[in-house]
Amino acid sequence: MAKDKVDNNKAKELKKDFQILKNNLIYLDNASTTQKPKVVIDSLKKFYENKNANIHRGVYKLSALATKEYENSKKIIAQFINAKPEEIIYTRGTTESINLLAYTIQSIIPKGKEEILLTEMEHHSNLVPWQEFAKRNNFKLKFIRLKEDFTLDLEDANKKITEKTAVLSLAHISNSLGTINPIKKIVEMAKKKNAITIIDAAQSAGHMKLDVKNIGCDFLAFSGHKMLGPMGIGVLYGRKELLEKLSPFNFGGDMIERVTYENSTWNKIPEKFEAGTQNIEGAIALARAVNYLNKLKMENIENWEKELTKYTIDRLKQIPEINLYNHGIENSSGIISFTIKDIHPHDIASMMDESNIAIRGGHHCNMPLMKKLDIPGTARISLYFYNTFEDVDKLIIKLNEIIKKFNK
Amino acid sequence: MNNKIRNLSSIRESMYREEILDLYKNPLNKGILKNPTHKFRKLNPLCGDEIEIQLIIDNNKVKDVKFSGVGCAISIASASLLTESIKKKDVKDIKNLNNSDMINLLGIDINPARLKCALISLETLKEAIKNEKQIKRKKK
Repeated sequence: MAKDKVDNNKAKELKKDFQILKNNLIYLDNASTTQKPKVVIDSLKKFYENKNANIHRGVYKLSALATKEYENSKKIIAQFINAKPEEIIYTRGTTESINLLAYTIQSIIPKGKEEILLTEMEHHSNLVPWQEFAKRNNFKLKFIRLKEDFTLDLEDANKKITEKTAVLSLAHISNSLGTINPIKKIVEMAKKKNAITIIDAAQSAGHMKLDVKNIGCDFLAFSGHKMLGPMGIGVLYGRKELLEKLSPFNFGGDMIERVTYENSTWNKIPEKFEAGTQNIEGAIALARAVNYLNKLKMENIENWEKELTKYTIDRLKQIPEINLYNHGIENSSGIISFTIKDIHPHDIASMMDESNIAIRGGHHCNMPLMKKLDIPGTARISLYFYNTFEDVDKLIIKLNEIIKKFNK
Repeated sequence: MNNKIRNLSSIRESMYREEILDLYKNPLNKGILKNPTHKFRKLNPLCGDEIEIQLIIDNNKVKDVKFSGVGCAISIASASLLTESIKKKDVKDIKNLNNSDMINLLGIDINPARLKCALISLETLKEAIKNEKQIKRKKK
């Protein structure tokens, strides 16, 4: 156990798997997208060089090989979140996963339910699809309140989860505040009122162990590119019994069982939700990314991120000009938002960039949340396992420089 | 590869020159006018920048100009330089100002991601000079 632990030395070692990090780039925008290790990039190339064929239709060997690799990728991803392979639907990412649900979920909502419950900290991707859903279906949108300490108000959740709640959809980790939400507890509350539960795991997948059985949710969405995988591939997990009842999203090839000129019947799950040629190489490369993470072990990644997060927060707290939007290390992920009085977050991010340090500045697709906090945006650091104490040290030096320059 | 990165960072280095930071800390023409003939307020919801430009235009010439609002160093420095440069200018000349004129005025290489910050005051100014009627109507 102890010998394969990820620590600062191991992180330095792991950095070498990432070509892009060899150019003195200090990459601290991992909530936006992570970098990709060589094995993932290689797997994309290998697919097109040696395995390229469409799946599920060719009778020739090459198609059989591509199909096998694609199906195998589902097994790997299913295992990664403790699901069954047929419960894994590939999408383009979290946004598409949530849209898939927002367009189809009406088919499984029991009569008499008329509310969608979200939280005040949702990313636009778990807000806008539901606003549109509510307009189309004449539903009401409600929001679990955010407390002053940037955690969810569970008493408010208790009040707002009612017999009328059709869907509860919330982020596992806030992409702008880094708060880890007590999803298991909230899902349990929602289950008691027969609400369908959806977890946006975009910021937790690849950062901590995910177990859909343990969480108890009905659906869970995440993106491949935020966990070492390529862009344009993501996952929607759905509980088998629900996926079987849920109407399809896209219609076309591969999702059908039998087609006449007038009518069609649907394929079994998960194919029912995967119309048209899929992002096959993306799926295979995402499975490579999962293998990479499995080799490191998720608990080691989580522990190192936690240690580095604590280190970063402690260092930031030593700078009096910095205002942290973080409630403390206990339930905090490696996403750390802050502001500096009289310096716009975009200026902070631009000046960081002068020293090849990539951080994010802005509203982080959380416009209503920023309005609530009464700020135009924050500067945001987001860590991953390949970040080191030295990366954070360089960030702190630069931050002090920026503050000095602006205060002169 | 390495060279390219170095070039990029040296370009960006110049974005926060002393002059730009000075204009941010001590902006020129910041404030409001008592009797503006023209004004316009523009918001960039993406970064929360908000700029209002007020002018007194007399005989098709800019007699006075002020700006107010909040924004990043780049947008505030741009607003300072732009308002300073149009004093006593013909409205016709203001209409002819284009994006590269604004960038030249700033005298720095703008990272494409920050172009909006550099241009918000020019866009606001162009709207303001079209906006005479509204103010006149309000006065009645």
